[in-house]
Amino acid sequence: MMAATPLLQVRGLTRRYGARIGCRDVSFDLWPGEVLGIVGESGSGKTTLLKCLSAQLEPDAGQVVYATRDEGPRDIFALSEPRRRLLMRTDWGIVHQHPVEGLRMGVSAGANVGERLMAVGARNYGRIRASALDWLGRVEIARDRIDDMPRTFSGGMLQRLQIARNLVSSPRLVFMDEPTGSLDVSVQARLLDLLHGLVADLGLSVVVVTHDLAVARLLAHRLMVMRAGSVVEEGLTDQVLDDPQHAYTQLLVASILHP
Amino acid sequence: MDGYNFAYLDEQTKRMIRRAILKAVAIPGYQVPFASREMPLPYGWGTGGIQVTAAIIGLADTLKVIDQGADDTTNAVSIRRFFARTTGVATTERTADATIIQTRHRIPERSLRADQIIVFQVPIPEPLRWLEPRETETRKMHALSEYGAMHVKLYEDVARHGRIATAYDYPVMVGGRYLMRPSPIPKFDNPKLDRSPALQLFGAGREKRIYAVPPHTEVYSLDFEDHPFEVQKWEQACALCGAGDSFLDEVIVDDRGGRIFVCSDSDHCGERRAAGHVGAQPDALGQPADKVAP
Ligand SMILES: Nc1ncnc2c1ncn2[C@@H]1O[C@H](COP(=O)(O)OP(=O)(O)OP(=O)(O)O)[C@@H](O)[C@H]1O
Ligand SMILES: [Mg+2]
Repeated sequence: MMAATPLLQVRGLTRRYGARIGCRDVSFDLWPGEVLGIVGESGSGKTTLLKCLSAQLEPDAGQVVYATRDEGPRDIFALSEPRRRLLMRTDWGIVHQHPVEGLRMGVSAGANVGERLMAVGARNYGRIRASALDWLGRVEIARDRIDDMPRTFSGGMLQRLQIARNLVSSPRLVFMDEPTGSLDVSVQARLLDLLHGLVADLGLSVVVVTHDLAVARLLAHRLMVMRAGSVVEEGLTDQVLDDPQHAYTQLLVASILHP
Repeated sequence: MDGYNFAYLDEQTKRMIRRAILKAVAIPGYQVPFASREMPLPYGWGTGGIQVTAAIIGLADTLKVIDQGADDTTNAVSIRRFFARTTGVATTERTADATIIQTRHRIPERSLRADQIIVFQVPIPEPLRWLEPRETETRKMHALSEYGAMHVKLYEDVARHGRIATAYDYPVMVGGRYLMRPSPIPKFDNPKLDRSPALQLFGAGREKRIYAVPPHTEVYSLDFEDHPFEVQKWEQACALCGAGDSFLDEVIVDDRGGRIFVCSDSDHCGERRAAGHVGAQPDALGQPADKVAP
């Protein structure tokens, strides 16, 4: 069935930090299966926006309407807190820039992956472990590392573990903040490839924040360009990158091409 | 101890603690904060349990204090003496004769009755602390019954040991609602928590929390379908009284490494021996049965 409603409808989203603007009057729709990239220079409000979208931060104004599975479109900030938290743990995934923010460093890789299953009531150890093994394989972590502690993992492995931990519950919507940002250039490409494959295979809807236009180019169908908290340009990724309209976007693209 | 109020604490403090206890009884398994007082005993000695006992004890009570299952360890003797001096109430080593039992590490083998209260000394009350260091977050997890992650700990046990190896302070759900630490009792004692006719009170002094399991409340030990909750089992029976269904301690009996297993609950063991039950080495501890008989 073709989806007739967007997965996310964002309207007039604004968040201030005291007098300072985090993000201002942001509106957009995200359709099922769509990957939206948010780009912009440091301090332009990308993380603030992503945190508001994913209910990690309460906006000062505006709405984030999410198409829930059972009750249709709902403003996530009007949901009761238990429902919102359940949504965050099941229907959504949140991939943090620094894997330690999204992982439990004190428990094994397998437990990290299995946690979401247990959180929604899985009580069969054998099945939880089988899922964990399966997901480690899908993010290209050797299966015999399942009982190892995350601190014995490389940065790239940690980020892949964080991704597996999020995807195990089959979320429909994944938020990522600079997923390759904490990694060496040499391992960024591999992670990007992996993400690209998973997003396509699973038909995930994704909002990905990055200031790396190569990441945006490979992953995102559509881009929003932010500056000083506001969206200054948006459109299909190729259009925005190859034929930027706004002077700021032109500068942003040029600065990448001619560093 | 002249000049002290009955049971050491002043009446206002006792009323404050009783209010916390009443709230705890009304919300089984919920940790109620209270203004824990300094006691003339070190924290490690169970000042939380002592304050609970001080708040509920009356002249007509008979107090038993156990530590590691025994009534004669330093800790148990000191607490018993403390209450004997500050209240003048009768004390006993017999579970059957006690109206209040303050304990660390064990629940008596003998089934408790509706006219008895057991008070547990709790070092760490929060079952989610290992998972989440922030108090604001653990409170929210309790409020929203977000307990799924608690199974992560059991998962780690099975992954590492092939079975749930947690043997003490084994996490339980109380009344199908609140996750609770039963204090460092062996999981062998967990089934005794379930639907006990006695009121069960838990006091944590350093962490300033009181919680309760009211009589006949369901207490469920967490587990997996394919790794169900199990209690410790022993090959042997108690060497002294022959009991095959009690919690056993290993005791070294000579300097050649000889060891035997005996009931950890010394009152239970003595009662059985007095009733004529005999184990394989009844004199192994040089303690003839009549010494512990009434
Ligand atoms: N916790 C905070 N308190 C105060 N101001 C903040 C806070 N977080 C962000 N800001 C401010 O909000 C604006 C947007 O910050 P944000 O972190 O969203 O930018 P960003 O686009 O994610 O930047 P970067 O690419 O460096 O991660 C900045 O001016 C920043 O200083
Ligand atoms: Mg950021």
